[in-house]
Amino acid sequence: MDTTIEGGFADLVLGAQSVFRAVMEALARPGSVQSIASDAAPPAPLTPELGAVALTLCDHDTLVWLDPVLAANEAVVAWLAFHCGAPLTSDIGAAAFALVSDVTLLPRIDAFGQGTDEYPDRSTTVVLAVGSAAKPVTLKGPGIKDQFSTQLPLPDGDFIEQWAENRARFPRGVDLLLVRAGTVVGLPRTTRISEA
Amino acid sequence: MNIAKYNFAYLDEQTKRMIRRAILKGIAVPGYQVPFASREMPMPYGWGTGGVQVTASIIGPSDVLKVIDQGADDTTNAVSIRAFFAKVAEVAVTTHTEEATIIQTRHRIPEAKLTEGQVLVYQVPIPEPLRFLEPRETETRKMHALEEYGLMHVKLYEDIAKHGRIATTYAYPVKVEGRYVMDPSPTPKFDNPKMHMSEVLQLFGAGREKRIYAVPPHTQVVSLDFEDHPFEIQHFEEPCALCGATGVYLDEVILDDKGGHMFVCSDTDNCEDRREHGHRGKLAGHALEAAE
Repeated sequence: MDTTIEGGFADLVLGAQSVFRAVMEALARPGSVQSIASDAAPPAPLTPELGAVALTLCDHDTLVWLDPVLAANEAVVAWLAFHCGAPLTSDIGAAAFALVSDVTLLPRIDAFGQGTDEYPDRSTTVVLAVGSAAKPVTLKGPGIKDQFSTQLPLPDGDFIEQWAENRARFPRGVDLLLVRAGTVVGLPRTTRISEA
Repeated sequence: MNIAKYNFAYLDEQTKRMIRRAILKGIAVPGYQVPFASREMPMPYGWGTGGVQVTASIIGPSDVLKVIDQGADDTTNAVSIRAFFAKVAEVAVTTHTEEATIIQTRHRIPEAKLTEGQVLVYQVPIPEPLRFLEPRETETRKMHALEEYGLMHVKLYEDIAKHGRIATTYAYPVKVEGRYVMDPSPTPKFDNPKMHMSEVLQLFGAGREKRIYAVPPHTQVVSLDFEDHPFEIQHFEEPCALCGATGVYLDEVILDDKGGHMFVCSDTDNCEDRREHGHRGKLAGHALEAAE
């Protein structure tokens, strides 16, 4: 099997539509787990969910940043080039999308493009493949009725402090999509996270 | 009929991706107007090209679409947009609010309570609430960046100075999540409170002005006012003449050239539903004909 040509959506149009609706619901209702029903099958270590989001949102108009492991993988780069046609960049601050295949490879949040006060939309959307180890957190903000206590597979270390800084930069800031095992969870820049 | 088919939902895939990216940014920054590369649509500007592009970018085969124009399902704009999507996306369409998953609206919010599985898409003519106060885009963009909204309060104050009350009755400016002042589109201010902490995702598309913005569910949408002149909605002295409803938005319909008039529900689906359930207003002379 040619790993470059195979592995896109069997149905380009409806595949992208259903993944988009899942991502839209995920960002509109932060913390909720939305299922991505997709047949995207990119070469490892690009996960099927990262591939599905890239197929849905990335194209020749979007600069894409890949984590060092993905960027060094020729099969991944060729697959993205064939299916999305998105130009890759090593300038993390200029990227419209960042695909990160493992939480240990996530750069600091403030390294990504933050947008400007005039154009806060010109920031990076980070798509992060996460593992199953989840920690209890409480979320607040637009899209959440009162508050939402849940388990989220967030990166370790000082991620929650970094996220608080990200929230403080509003309206500038980074939006995060956590993907794993056929699901997506959205954390828009408006969401406040506290450890439960 | 065997004609060449459009892509699903009319727009090409690259356009949909571009609009989808704008929608996601809009959700992430509630009330901020995201620029997008609006396309020409097979209808004139002012007929809902922005709303149609948003709907076309989110709609899928399992969606059920309702389109309303000033609350009515049966006016030209609503009928033609519904027919457009029935043709290019082959989706089910409905006039019943509770059956719809996507409701595209021009200037009303349905009276029935909207629920979590629904998306409300607004057609917006002028998305910039400050545009009639400051015509330069470079300036209004800076005003939003600096959260400099004094001009809007001056405008509302001038209303009070001139008329003794805030005379703005539609497109009444709101502040979203305490940050961005937003044009709720020319809905009557009667509908503003329904936007606040709504269960549904609200998306706004302005085709000619090339802007998309959004209000996520459970988001604060507060109408601007003053402590001594608090925001209030319109009240109607008589109930709907057909279904007897009170507490809904009514249109005045002129009946003759001698000053005769009636007030009737602007939300036709809500009115029909009430009449089917036996509610009668003073001019509801005969039973409703069966719907098509």
